[in-house]
Amino acid sequence: MSLKSTLGAATALALITASGAFADGHSKTITIATVNNGDMIRMQGYTDNFTEATGIAVEWVTLEENVLRQRVTTDITTKGGQFDIMTIGMYETPIWGANGWLVPLDDLSAEYDVGDILPAMAGGLSHEGTLFAAPFYGESSMIMYRTDLMEAAGMEMPDAPTWEFIAEAAAAMTDRDNEINGICLRGKAGWGEGGAFITAMSNSFGARWFDEDWNAQFDTEQWANTLNFYKSMMDASGPAGYATNGFNENLNLFQQGKCGMWIDATVAASFVTNPDDSTVADSVGFALAPDTGLGKRSNWLWAWALGIPAGTEQEAEAKQFIEWATSKDYIELVAANEGWANVPPGARTSLYENPEYQKVPFAKMTLDSILSADPTDSTVEPSPYVGIQFAAIPEFAGIATEVSQEFSAAYAGQQTVEEALAKAQAITNEAMEAAGYR
Amino acid sequence: MARAVSPRRKLMNTTFAWAIGLLIFFPILWTILTSFKTEAQAIASPPIFLGFDWTLENYSVVMERSNYGRFLWNSIIIAGGSTILGCIIAVPAAWSMAFVPSKRTKDILLWMLSTKMLPAVGVLYPIYLLFIQMGLLDSRAGLVIVLMLINLPIIIWMLYTYFKEIPGEILEAARMDGAGLKEELLYVLTPMAIPGIASTLLLNFILAWNEAFWTLNLTAAKAAPLTAFIASYSSPEGLFFAKLSAASTMAIAPILILGWFSQKQLVRGLTFGAVK
Repeated sequence: MSLKSTLGAATALALITASGAFADGHSKTITIATVNNGDMIRMQGYTDNFTEATGIAVEWVTLEENVLRQRVTTDITTKGGQFDIMTIGMYETPIWGANGWLVPLDDLSAEYDVGDILPAMAGGLSHEGTLFAAPFYGESSMIMYRTDLMEAAGMEMPDAPTWEFIAEAAAAMTDRDNEINGICLRGKAGWGEGGAFITAMSNSFGARWFDEDWNAQFDTEQWANTLNFYKSMMDASGPAGYATNGFNENLNLFQQGKCGMWIDATVAASFVTNPDDSTVADSVGFALAPDTGLGKRSNWLWAWALGIPAGTEQEAEAKQFIEWATSKDYIELVAANEGWANVPPGARTSLYENPEYQKVPFAKMTLDSILSADPTDSTVEPSPYVGIQFAAIPEFAGIATEVSQEFSAAYAGQQTVEEALAKAQAITNEAMEAAGYR
Repeated sequence: MARAVSPRRKLMNTTFAWAIGLLIFFPILWTILTSFKTEAQAIASPPIFLGFDWTLENYSVVMERSNYGRFLWNSIIIAGGSTILGCIIAVPAAWSMAFVPSKRTKDILLWMLSTKMLPAVGVLYPIYLLFIQMGLLDSRAGLVIVLMLINLPIIIWMLYTYFKEIPGEILEAARMDGAGLKEELLYVLTPMAIPGIASTLLLNFILAWNEAFWTLNLTAAKAAPLTAFIASYSSPEGLFFAKLSAASTMAIAPILILGWFSQKQLVRGLTFGAVK
């Protein structure tokens, strides 16, 4: 074979293999970007029901949460048009809605009953009263605790405890010889990990990220109290290396019976009470996230919701899917096949009025936690932002990631709490000044 | 003449080499073992090494939930396509730099290498916008081009280093015998450089197979390769390590098998010169 024909054949092979795409048998196909959470995966399993009913095929793109955020943000800001529906959270929705990047969901059908969406969820997913994403499932945070260890410690968990009680109970439940830590909390750097927890906790201590003129508030006594309380309690009663623990690490510890208490997402309740995965499934109790008597609790509010990027060519089909996936009928479909404990929680009022769902052990505390969270009034002193464990401004994710890195370094003993707060103050003010807020 | 090595020294060297090998392989071994555990066993503390009930359930769930064949096919096309295209461009480029260098050859080589120092995310938006304009988003053709361009400096550098070891006199002799450029490249240079070219292509194929920034950011449903397949099993809220391990094992299996069968050529190409 000559050199020319060899090169020609190789080029042709490369181009042939590179070209082409998989043909799809359906005339209409929508592409949905989502995260690999249990409820989302379950929904993928029921996609055939939607396709059979509507003739619309669904392509799923499932990604890790941080990758998904980067991926959908790139696509929506460049109008890439890769996705017809995006799974987004309470942080992105109002910001993207305000920028005109999302299709308003203001013409959903009467059968969908948009008024049934829990007000806290609808509020957090709206901008100026217009809903921009429909909640698939919602969550707050609450205390999950070991009833047997609490009893052995001679204490009783109130429905709405204070931080002081939690610290006392954590110390009483800690048994280092048997590898039992009184309390497990997130310490991992990242605005959605340890950053989210400490921000929600700080609300209950009277702290806030910004004053009404967007000045950082890390130099206040309230923030010092928050971090010092957290660190001293975790040093005394938390697991080794808590500065690097996030949701999954603490879930693992709790399921292995190594945590007396864990304050985290309400969605974890179904994991820790599942006997297939949890060694302590039979002895888990629930309580509201703690406070300090200042009128704000330390629970957050979050929703994974479905939104439609502006400019998609399949807006009508995308809306049809959203109506199906976040409907009352979908909840009943899951309940009929997999039981009420497995339906997507925290999105609809009617779910919590359902007598069958009320029998689920964590249902009431989940609803109470969600209802006690108000993203529009999350701090003791007035603040200029919406959001509980975040401030719904585009700059927040970047700033909070850096700040949480400083906090994690303080938890790990690499610097003092005072040094971490001073750095957080400087980082935040500098970024806010650069962004034109100050 | 080979240096005499005492049996004791030989045993120590062998043991040391095996220990290092096992240390490097351990994360892969652990992933494979975890893929056969239940989710509860996967997170057990203390960890269970071998004493667990082996199950294929995770593979069954992964196969049911994902279209593995499509991800695999995309990986083969993208890694293979970028490797072939890269080779077509790199062989003549490396030949010219090695045998007919100009004043600027060294600068060009260094400049090419410097492009590898740019963080990929720094050019994500320009590339993304270009892909939108050219209709290449979520296409295998687009990824073939991007991965080829990313790995091209490495391929050229490796081939250049390899070609440099071939004495120019051999090519001169071929020319004196009447060989043209085509004959020189095809019948003289290529046979001498085959181990080097093969190992370079193999390495490039592995790099393209494992690339996980562009393949995640420029694909959606149609062109997503095995890196996207693995990413789809990573969960921020929930412990699905056994399923993630099963997906990872399925993603690395083809490249592990390829590496196993071609390790002799790979080592030979990477460690030996062209002229022995």
